[in-house]
Amino acid sequence: MKKQILALALCLPLWAQAQVLDATASRLDFTLTQMGVPMKGSFRAFKAEVNFDPAKLAASRADIRIATTSIALPAADAVNEAKKPDWFDVARYPEARFVAGQFKQLAPERFEVRGKLTLKGVTREIAAPFTAKVQGKKLLIDGVLPVSRLAFNIGDGSWRDTETVSDIVKLNFRLTLIQP
Amino acid sequence: MAAKAYAPLQVCLHWLMAVLIVATFAGGVYVAGLSLSPAKFRYLAWHKWAGFAVLLLVIMRLAARLRYGAPALPGHMSPLAQGAAHAGHLALYGLMLAVPLTGWLMSSAKGIPLVLFTVVPVPDLVAANPELAERLAFWHTLLAYTLAAFIGLHVLAALKHHYLDRDGLLFRMRLRQP
Ligand code: HEM
Repeated sequence: MKKQILALALCLPLWAQAQVLDATASRLDFTLTQMGVPMKGSFRAFKAEVNFDPAKLAASRADIRIATTSIALPAADAVNEAKKPDWFDVARYPEARFVAGQFKQLAPERFEVRGKLTLKGVTREIAAPFTAKVQGKKLLIDGVLPVSRLAFNIGDGSWRDTETVSDIVKLNFRLTLIQP
Repeated sequence: MAAKAYAPLQVCLHWLMAVLIVATFAGGVYVAGLSLSPAKFRYLAWHKWAGFAVLLLVIMRLAARLRYGAPALPGHMSPLAQGAAHAGHLALYGLMLAVPLTGWLMSSAKGIPLVLFTVVPVPDLVAANPELAERLAFWHTLLAYTLAAFIGLHVLAALKHHYLDRDGLLFRMRLRQP
């Protein structure tokens, strides 16, 4: 976390107008279902270069980079497994990335982002609804996005069996951005 | 109290649980040897469902025991043998409760909730805690093997009554009396 803040601070001059991610109040979680049992995990390390202005959607954009090795799951053997080639193949694909430049307002404080998600070398266009709330100098972004893990070959080989591990994985993102 | 045999409900529970416990024990040993795979997820879920059923059934069984009691032990048994039989049965009841309970506790401590038959969620007993989960895994294993040992002694004792003492004790656990 400290390293990320430092890295962000160093990048700041280049992104003078971008909002700064408050890493301690931001999370990328996911929930998968295993034999009907919801299991939570998260990515601990990610960087977000976001410039989101509810009043200027056309100029808004987001670029989120996730370190796949930072995956966290309830059990150590699950973390080991998740890093293997059948799952995230972190040796070959250390980074997942979401780049978006299309925003749409759905309702007051509710928006939709459309962008490209690259996971394990597969890029797909996805759209996710989210809420954005202003709290003083902070902008709180919250969203849930169901994604098909198999669309990105996450959980290949024998793991393709969706009777044990569901295909749909729910991504929950919460970003706290500090306005410049 | 002086019934000659167990009540039909007790007989049904006894044999249903016998089959379930043997299957759950064998499944547990098998699953513990598997590395993480879809098969492990599947069999571990079955193990938990069967084990949870044992827990519910043993509670019913204790209620039935309190309601109907048990037939008196054969008169030829010495006070020591009778005491050993009672102590053994008490240990079996205790273990039949403790083994699934430690399994349920372990599952909760591992942060993996129990969802029966993939649809019925069961509340967690403790919050996720990896250290506690490890200690519970030790106790679950130790108690499960102790239960297996007691079941082995229980079977041997029943066979001794049947074949050596020829006291008809085994018929008490039958629905139709001879
Ligand atoms: C009569 C009931 C039960 C019996 C006889 C039983 C027996 C066993 C045995 C023999 C093992 C293997 C231990 C080893 O060698 O390491 C095991 C493992 C296990 N049991 Fe049970 N169990 C019962 C109920 C339960 C219940 C109700 C749960 C959870 C709700 C449960 C959860 C587990 C778990 C998580 C493991 C560890 C598997 C692994 O290695 O990952 N058990 N059980």
